[in-house]
Amino acid sequence: MTMLHTVNKSPFEKDSLNSCLRLSLDGSSILLIEDAIYAALEGTSVSDSVKAAMQSKKVYALQEDINARGVAGKVMDGVELVDYAGFVNLTTTHDKVQSWV
Amino acid sequence: MSTTKKFLYVNRRAPYGTIYAWESLEVVLIGAAFEQEVALAFVDDGVYQLTKGHDTAGIGMKNFSPTYAAMGDYDINKIYVEKESLEARGLTLDDLQHLIWEDEDEDWAEKDSIKVVTAAELAELMDQQDVVLSF
Repeated sequence: MTMLHTVNKSPFEKDSLNSCLRLSLDGSSILLIEDAIYAALEGTSVSDSVKAAMQSKKVYALQEDINARGVAGKVMDGVELVDYAGFVNLTTTHDKVQSWV
Repeated sequence: MSTTKKFLYVNRRAPYGTIYAWESLEVVLIGAAFEQEVALAFVDDGVYQLTKGHDTAGIGMKNFSPTYAAMGDYDINKIYVEKESLEARGLTLDDLQHLIWEDEDEDWAEKDSIKVVTAAELAELMDQQDVVLSF
């Protein structure tokens, strides 16, 4: 069983995504929600660090938050989209949740 | 006696995650209602406020993005978007709503409201204002 990390702040405004990437173990999962979904997009100044993280960690992003912000067409390959029900499933398939608020 | 001042509203936050973007819109429309000279700047995550195709049905929040398209009707037609902020986010002008206004001096010709400016140009614009409000 592994840890689920949730990040909810924009990677351009706060450093919480970087902290999460630095302090999470290989094999753990990272779910991007709210303004953190911008980290799941192609062609940004943080895309490379998220791609590097995806070599050893699983990255998810919340579909509803992506739709709200009109950026569904820009999600990077390798990021798995989940809906709210999928969010709940992730919390049950990991033994702990750490929220990087 | 009425006084007209130059107001610049600087928007630096993404929409929906916080209330700043919506609050800014409210204050912008109030400024326009009092017939002040209103301009908006979108920098940092603020550029995300203007992206097309918002669908907030899934998050249970009001989609306020159509309001930007209505600003032309309030004579708000100076909308500056910082080039550097777009580039850092992999965005281009095509990713943003096409905002227009109608120029009554030119037989209501439709003109673009959004102007992409560099950081240096935006710094000059800020310097020319009477009041700068930050959201």
